Amino acid sequence: MFTNSNLMEFIFGRLSWSSLAFTHDPIILMTFIAVMIGGTAVLGAITYFRLWGYLWNEWFTSVDHKKIGIMYVVLALIMLMRGFADAIMMRLQQAIAFGDNEGYLPPYHYDQIFTAHGVIMIFFFAMPLVTGVMNYVVPLQIGARDVSFPFLNNFSFWMTAAGAVIIMMSLFVGEFARTGWLAYPPLSGADYSPGVGVDYYIWGLQVAGVGTTLSGINLVATIVKMRAPGMTMMKMPIFTWTSLCTNVLIVASFPILTATLVLLTLDRYAGTNFFTNDLGGNPMMYVNLIWIWGHPEVYILILPAFGIFSEIVSTFSGKRLFGYASMVYATVVITILSYLVWLHHFFTMGSGASVNAFFGITTMIISIPTGAKIFNWLFTMYRGRIRYEVPMLWTIGFMITFVIGGMTGVMLAIPPADFVLHNSLFLIAHFHNVIIGGVVFGLLAGINFWFPKAFGYKLDDFWGRISFWCWLSGFYFAFMPLYVLGLMGVTRRVNHFEDPSLQIWFVIAAFGAFLIALGIGAFIIQLVVSFLRRDQLRDLTGDPWNARTLEWSTSSPPPEYNFAFTPVVHDHDGWYDMKRRGYIRPVEGFRSIHMPKGTGTGVIISALSVGLAFGMIWYIWWLVGLSFLGILVVSIAHTFNYNRDYYIPAETVIETENARTKQLAEQA
Amino acid sequence: MSENQAAVSAENPQFYLTEDHHPENSTMLGFWIYLMSDCLMFAVLFATYAVLGRNYAAGPSPADLFDLNLVAINTAMLLFSSITYGFAMLRMEKGDQSGTLKWLAITGLFGLAFLGIELYEFHHLILEGATPQRSAFLSAFFTLVGTHGLHVTFGCIWLVTLMVQISKHGLIEANRRRLMCLSMFWHFLDVIWIGVFSLVYLIGVLG
Repeated sequence: MFTNSNLMEFIFGRLSWSSLAFTHDPIILMTFIAVMIGGTAVLGAITYFRLWGYLWNEWFTSVDHKKIGIMYVVLALIMLMRGFADAIMMRLQQAIAFGDNEGYLPPYHYDQIFTAHGVIMIFFFAMPLVTGVMNYVVPLQIGARDVSFPFLNNFSFWMTAAGAVIIMMSLFVGEFARTGWLAYPPLSGADYSPGVGVDYYIWGLQVAGVGTTLSGINLVATIVKMRAPGMTMMKMPIFTWTSLCTNVLIVASFPILTATLVLLTLDRYAGTNFFTNDLGGNPMMYVNLIWIWGHPEVYILILPAFGIFSEIVSTFSGKRLFGYASMVYATVVITILSYLVWLHHFFTMGSGASVNAFFGITTMIISIPTGAKIFNWLFTMYRGRIRYEVPMLWTIGFMITFVIGGMTGVMLAIPPADFVLHNSLFLIAHFHNVIIGGVVFGLLAGINFWFPKAFGYKLDDFWGRISFWCWLSGFYFAFMPLYVLGLMGVTRRVNHFEDPSLQIWFVIAAFGAFLIALGIGAFIIQLVVSFLRRDQLRDLTGDPWNARTLEWSTSSPPPEYNFAFTPVVHDHDGWYDMKRRGYIRPVEGFRSIHMPKGTGTGVIISALSVGLAFGMIWYIWWLVGLSFLGILVVSIAHTFNYNRDYYIPAETVIETENARTKQLAEQA
Repeated sequence: MSENQAAVSAENPQFYLTEDHHPENSTMLGFWIYLMSDCLMFAVLFATYAVLGRNYAAGPSPADLFDLNLVAINTAMLLFSSITYGFAMLRMEKGDQSGTLKWLAITGLFGLAFLGIELYEFHHLILEGATPQRSAFLSAFFTLVGTHGLHVTFGCIWLVTLMVQISKHGLIEANRRRLMCLSMFWHFLDVIWIGVFSLVYLIGVLG
C-alpha cells in the first residue's frame, strides 16, 4: 500500500512547496509578481480583443517562413529582456560589493544569474534572432516561395520556444544551474550539483537543440535545392552564402552538443562514469566535446552578421560588394577553420606545448579571412556614395568595435599570454566585444534594414540613432574597464571584492550597462513610435533603400507566396540587375499557386516536450511516460496526414497583384 | 566589365518564369543531411569509447565479457535485415505492393531478433555485475551499443507505421519517398553496427 508520502512523491517527484523560489527570495518574489501582472495583462488583452483564433490560425500554426521568422525574432527580443536583466543585476552587484558591503546577491543567487545570463543570451537571444532573420530573408533572397520543409520549420520554432519556456520556469520553480554557461563536470555532476538547476539547463538546451538542428537541416536543403533558376552558387547573395555556411555549421556541431549533454544526463540520472572523478571517468572529455560544439557555435552566430553587413555596405554605398568571390572564400575558410581551434578555450588544461601551439596557430590563422572581410567592406565604401542611414551606422560601429575585439582575440590565441589572461575579465571583455560588437550590432542593423520589408514601413530614424549611440557608447563604457581589470588579474564569476582600488572600474562598467539599457529602451521606443507613425513611414515601393537583392523586388510585406512568378537571376545582385536593365513587372498571366498548409502538430509536440522535460527535471516519472507516449502518438498520427498542401486560387493572386499594381501606379 | 555590358545589350533578358517552377524535391537531401548529423552523434560516442574504453576501474574488460559467437549471430541478423530491406525496395520498384510488404515484414523480424539478442546480452552482462555504473569503459559501451539499439527500435516502429500506410494508400509517390528514407536509415544503422562490431567487440576481445 502507498503511504501518503509515497503517493505525494509519485505524483510530484521531488517538487514541493519549498521548490517555489519566490517563497524565500524577495527579488524573485517581486519579479514573479511583475511577470504575473504583465502576463495577465497580455493574456487578458488577447482574450478581450478576441485574438486567440487569429494568433492560432495565422501565426502559431503557420508554416509560412516569414511569419515563423518574425516569431523567432519576437521570442529573441523577449529573451533579451531577461538576459539583460541578469546582466544589469551582475553589474550592480559588482559595482557595490566591496569590503564590508556584501552587495545584494549572495553567491547562491549570483552564480545562477551569470549562468542564466550566458545561456539565455547565446541560446535564446542570439540563436533565435539569427535563425529568425535567416528564416525570413533567405527564401526571399533566393526567389523561393518557402523553405524545403515548411512543417519542420514551424516545429523547429516551437521546440526553440519550448526550450525558452523550460529555462524561464527555473526562475520561479526550483533553481537554475550554478555552473557557468557550459556546465563543466565534475561541478555539474550529481555529486556537486544535486539540485534541479543543471537538469533545467540540460533539458532546456536539449529541447531547443532539436529545433536548432532541424532548422539547420531545413535551411541547408532550402539553399541547395530551392534557388531561383539562374542563381548558381557564385550568384547567391552574400547573406545567403553566410547563412548556408552557418547552417552547415549548425548541422555539423549541434549533434555534438546533444550527444555530450546526453552523456552528462546519464552521469546525473543513471550513475554512469563518463565525467566523474572516479571509476575511470574523465571530466576533460566533456570540456573537449563541449568546445568542439562551442567554437563553431560562435561562428554560427557571427557569419550571418557578416552577411548582413555585406548586404548593408553595398546597398548604402550604392556599389557592388568589393571582392564578392573573396568574401565567399573567406566565409568558407572560416567555416572549416572553426573546427580546428576548439582547444584554445582551455590552453591551461595541460595538453602540452605542441598541441597548444597547433591550436594557437590555427586560431591566429582564422583572423586572416576575417581581416579580408573587413578590407572588402572598406573597399566597398571607398568612393561609394555612402548614405548614413541607421543600418549603415551599425555597420560602421561594428567595423571599429569588432577590429578591437579581433585583436584582443589574437592576444588570447597566444598560449603563453593565455596562461595569464584565461578565466579573467579580459576574456569576458573580449568575447562580449565580438559578440555585442559583431552579432548584436549585426542583428540590430539587420532588423533596421529588413523591417520595412517585413512590415511595410520603415523604422523611425531618430530613435534608431539614439539607440545606436547609446548601445555603442554603452558598450565601450561597459567593457573597456573589464579589459583593464582583466589585465590586473581580476577573475570572472566573482561576486565580492576586497581591493577598493578596483571599484571605480566596476562603477564605470555599471554606467556602461546603464547606457546599454537606454539603448534597449530607445529600440523599444523606436518600435512603438514607428508603429504609431506607420502612415508617414510607409513604403509602397517594396524597395525603400534602393537595394540590390531579390527580396526587394516583391511588395512589402511580401504576399504569402512571395513571388507571383519565380524570378530568373543573371547576377549576384539580382534585383539591381533587374532594375538596371529595365525589368517590367508582369501585370497579367497569373496562375494559382501551390502552397503548404498550416498545422498545429508543432505546437502540440513542443508542449508535450515541455511536459517531458519538466517530468525529467523533477523526477515525475508518470509525466515523463505520458509525455513521451504523447509525442510518439502525435508524431505518428502526423505522418498519416497526406493532405498537406493547397492551391492559392488564381483569382486571389490576381487580386493581390492588381492591388500592388495600383499602389505602384499611385506612387509614380 | 565587358561581360556585364554584353549582358546589358542582350536582347530581352528574361527576369521571371511564366510557367510553374518546380524545384527538385529536397527530401532525400534533407534526410541525408539528417543522417550525417546522426552520424556525428555516433562519432561522439565512438570517440568517448575510444578515450574511456580502457578505463576498467579494476572491473571486467572486453575479453572477460564479450561472447564473439553471440555477437556474430547478432551481426548476421542485422546484415540479413539490410539485404531483405533491399529486396523490399526491388519489389517496390516493380510496383509489387504485397511483395514489398512481405519483405518489409521479414526485415522487421530480423530487426526484432537483433534487438532480442542485444537485450539478452545486456541482461547477461548486468547479471554478471558488469553494469553501466561499474566503470567508464562499461558506461561508454552500454551508451554506444544502447544508442544504436534505440535507433533500431525506432526504425522498427517506423517500419510498422510505414507498412500500415502502404497497405492503406498503396505505393504512392509519398510512400515510395518514405520507403527510400527508411532504407537509408536502415542501411546507415548497419554501417554504424559494423563500426561497433569492429571497434568494440573484435578489437576488444582480439586486439
